[in-house]
Order: sequence, then C-alpha cells, then structure tokens
Amino acid sequence: MNLLTGNDLASGDVVWWNGKGWSRQIGDAADVGDRGAIILAAEEAARRVNASYEIEADTSGLPLHIKDRVRAAGPTVRADLSVNPSIQIVKG
Amino acid sequence: MYKYDTFDQSIVDARVEEFRDQVKRRLAGEITEDQFKPLRLMNGLYLQLHAYMLRVAVPYGTMDSRQMHMLAHIARKYDRGYGHFTTRQNIQYNWIKLDECPDLLAELAGVEMHAIQTSGNCIRNISSDQWAGASADEVADPRPWAELLRQWSSFHPEFSYLPRKFKIAVIASDEDRAAMRLHDIGIQLIKQDGVLGGRVFVGGGMGRTPMIAPEINPFVRAEDLLSYIEACLRVYNRYGRRDNIYKARIKILVHEIGADSYRAQVAEEFAHVKTLGIDPPMAEFDRISAFFAPPAFEADAVDSVDRSDPDFAVWLDQNVKPHKQAGYAIVNIALKPIGGIPGDASADQIDVMADLAKDYSFDELRVTHAQNIVLPHVRKADLHSVWQKLNDAALADANLDLVTDIIACPGLDYCSLANARSIPVAQKIAERFADLERQRDIGELKLKISGCINACGHHHAGHIGILGVDKKGVENYQLTFGGSGAEDVSIGKIIGPGFDEDGVVDAVEKAIEKYREVRTEGERFLDTYRRVGADPFKEAIYA
Repeated sequence: MNLLTGNDLASGDVVWWNGKGWSRQIGDAADVGDRGAIILAAEEAARRVNASYEIEADTSGLPLHIKDRVRAAGPTVRADLSVNPSIQIVKG
Repeated sequence: MYKYDTFDQSIVDARVEEFRDQVKRRLAGEITEDQFKPLRLMNGLYLQLHAYMLRVAVPYGTMDSRQMHMLAHIARKYDRGYGHFTTRQNIQYNWIKLDECPDLLAELAGVEMHAIQTSGNCIRNISSDQWAGASADEVADPRPWAELLRQWSSFHPEFSYLPRKFKIAVIASDEDRAAMRLHDIGIQLIKQDGVLGGRVFVGGGMGRTPMIAPEINPFVRAEDLLSYIEACLRVYNRYGRRDNIYKARIKILVHEIGADSYRAQVAEEFAHVKTLGIDPPMAEFDRISAFFAPPAFEADAVDSVDRSDPDFAVWLDQNVKPHKQAGYAIVNIALKPIGGIPGDASADQIDVMADLAKDYSFDELRVTHAQNIVLPHVRKADLHSVWQKLNDAALADANLDLVTDIIACPGLDYCSLANARSIPVAQKIAERFADLERQRDIGELKLKISGCINACGHHHAGHIGILGVDKKGVENYQLTFGGSGAEDVSIGKIIGPGFDEDGVVDAVEKAIEKYREVRTEGERFLDTYRRVGADPFKEAIYA
C-alpha cells in the first residue's frame, strides 16, 4: 500500500495522511493508491503539510523502509519520547 | 571570555528580527519551502526526521554559566528537556517548533548567543582546544585567534556562498585535542625564534572522502595570519567546484591541483590581500586578547589532593588533567554514562554544570569535540566537592578517553541523512564494557560511530571506527581500525565485511581482546594495531 507522510509546518511533527487530513499516528494512515501526487500537491499548496512524500508500506501499514519506521515510532533510544513504541523497527 | 560590543549585539538582534519576519511569511504562505529552506538553514534550523532541529553555536566551545543556564532554559521551554552536545563543540535541540523559534533566538541573543552560520555553505563555528588557557603545553592562548576568526568570518560577504561548508580549527600545542588536521583549515600557533605565528594546514576533512590536511605554510607571522587565511579562502572560492556537491570541499581542490600548486596560488593571492589592510591593528587584537586574560588564580592554592576516597581517586586519575597553574586542575565531565546517549545532557544536568562553573571554575565551561564538557580552572582543594556534585547529577563517569567515551552522531534515530542508527550501537558497546576496571586495563581507546558516510561521528578518526550503512534496507556496520584525530593523525582502514548491530559489538570485543593478548607494555590499541597490522585482528574477528 502507499502512504503519505510529511511534517506539520508550524510544529515540525511527523504526520500521516488519513484520507481527510493529517494525523500524528501512523495507525490512522490511509492507502492512497495512485492518488498520492495529486493529494500532496494540494496539501503542500494549502500549507497543511511540509516536506511531504509518498512511501510504500506492507499490507499491515508498516513502512517498508526503516527510516520511515523510525519516523513513525520516534527515536528508538528514548522510549519516553516515542510516538508509537509498538512499531517493529528491525524486521525479523 | 569575549563580551559582545554594541555592534556584535545589534547584528545578532537584527538577524533575529529578520528571521522572525521570514518565519511569519512562511507560515502565512507568502514564501514556499524552497524559498524558506536556505533562510532557515542560515539560522541553524534544520528539518530532521521527527521535527525541526536547531544547532546553536558555541564559539570555540567556550561559554559562561549565564549562557549554559540559558541552554538549560531553552531545553525546558522550547524542547523536551535535553540537548545534544556535538562534535563541532555546539549544541543541538531536536524538537523545536518553527513558530516558537524566533522567540527562542531572541532569548539566546539576550545572552550573546545565536545559531548563525551553523549551517550552509559558509564558515562554520571556529573550533579550538577545550583546554585553551589552562594547559601548560600551549605556546599562546588560541582563543583570541579563534575569536578574531569568528568576527572576520561572521557575515563575511565574500564567503557566505562558498562552494561548500568550511570548518576551521585553531590550536596552540603539539598535542592536538581538536582534530585540527581534519579541518578545511587547521592552524597550529607556534613560536619561531620567539616570534608568534601559525603553521597552516589546508584541505583536511572527513565525510565520504577523508583526507589529512597537508601543511601549506610552515610559519605565517601572527600579524599576517588573517590575510593569509583570507587568501586561502579566496583561492578556494574561485576554483572550488560548484558543479558536484561531493567534490566541492576544499580538500578535493587541494588534492586535485596538488598542495604545491595550491600553495603557490595562495602565495600570489596573499601578496595582493596583504595590500588591503585586512589584518587588525595590534590595538584591536590586544582588545580582543584582554577578554581572555587568565583569571585571578590564587598564588598559594593548595597543590595536593586527598585521594583517600577510592571512587574519587579513580575519577581523579581518569578525568582530571594537569593545569598550568599550580594548585589548579582541568576537570573533564564525560557525557557518556553506560547505556546513555553520547553527548546528551538533561536541562537539570546542564544547570548543574553551569552552577559548578560559576562556583568553582571562574565562570567558564568548554564543550569538547568528543561531546564532553570541561571545567577549565578548578582549585585542587575543590575537586572533591565538584566530584560529589557531579556524582549527585549522574555526571561523574570516570571514563574519559576510554572505550565507553564514545563519539556518536545522532544517526537514524534523529537524522534525516543517516542510513543506520548509531546510538544503540554505542549503548550496547558501553554496556558490554561497563566494568570500569576492564576499561582502564584496556586504556586509551577512541571509538567513534557515524550513521552515514558524512562522518559526523568522526569514525574515520577512531582507533576503532564504526560506519553504519544501508545494505538492501537493513542496517549494517563496517569496522575501521587505525584512525586518529590527534597529533598522530591517520585515517582508519576498513577491516573487512560488515556486521549487524549485535555482530559489530561482538567484533569490537574480539578485537579488543586480541589487543590485550598481543600488546606490549604501554601500548595503546592504536599503537598495537600500527605495529602488528590488521591480520591478527581480522583472524580474531572473522574466525
């Protein structure tokens, strides 16, 4: 599946496209199919997101690339700052 | 310490207000991210993996307690209660909000600090010896020269858009504690027949193409030094490559045209620059130097220390270094707790270090390129009190320069450029070698970890270096041996195939045990590696 992510312009927080807007939880992320580029162009223009891009995820919604898994989880070395500690960073 | 004059303060204040307006326009949509990005970078504001990151300049790593307290305040008010001290002797905050950044910068400006030129293709923070003004082996205090270079390079119109970023270090002793020859320009102040001048090295650096700077001039008289450095920059600015970011650093230019050719061009340019009157009048240099006059040391300070507390004695032996003034010592605070994050300090710890500087070190602190903190001037009679207070704040790890005193970049836990995580590897190695007695038996061992080829964790200069790479989407770690950032400078060599996270920790341990097996009396790991070569270590690791 294809997900959209970026950072909130004012706060810098990592955000995920949920089909209607931007959520701080990857669990809310929606599969955008082949509409990613259109959505990103509109959202960037409206300043609702910054530095946005499209990523691939597996069928459970877990990003394929480790960098995006770390973005979704938060720093792996600060559990107290983790957004989603249950995310598996290293695939077994 | 240098104090801003009204000119210094006004340009920093003006920059804050200029950035406030730029942020306002970005948030209002009047400028795009493509337009805004170079503006925020000029003010040290990056967009990293999880949030905006602000890099605050600490000129040549020197601060007073008021400034250090401000760093703690910023950690609490604008970040998440901590900061990360870097290999550029700066501090970074990982969770800054764009809309709050102008207020943050205004508070920083209130204590004569800023984030200007901590990013971008300009001359970055000038780095120096963290023991400047305290160590007996220096021929002069390098800080007035570093300050002169700071003033010269700040907003220098000709050098604001260089082909690539530019890093300068100034030291004043034969022992190199600042990785001087791994800078774009390294200056070693020396005396020749009683006359002060500088050995100038140009074209060093780490990154994807590590190089040791060759000596370009064995002696530039002090009164010519600024003009000479200007000439070095001018030749680079004219001929440095702008078509390929990976070949744009001055090390590539010097390497490609050769040190002799570069030297000749600098000499020609210097002859011209010297006619322009760039070097300051001696009265101005004396004005700057006066800020760095030695503090009022007690002439009769007690020159002995009670070593009856065994834990204190270990810390004393490992972390406290000789001072040029009898009765005083240099205290090194290792920000490397076992299992902790190298270079990180909580706001409370930053406050403790500020208070100790105020109470015991003539109100001075230094940040080191090894991501530690120094109290440069502590009375020997006060060392036990300082140690107790550090201990209460979990800042008394007695592991300076040992295998757990690891330099590590933020890596993939924070950095958008990284390919692999650095911090968890550092934590696992530290835990593996947590036994201080074992660490001390191993002796000096500089272990440095980078999460990508940009080498912010200085892995090329590690006695043992670890480079994290992305191998088909999986973190993989390459080991390099034999690097050094000190006066015996060298670039480490890859030892063999890489490892996963646990594998690299095992490999490091096997290499160190091999060292213990084959070392001779007094040899450090680096010395043994240089003597016996890589083969015994390869056999131990890959058997």
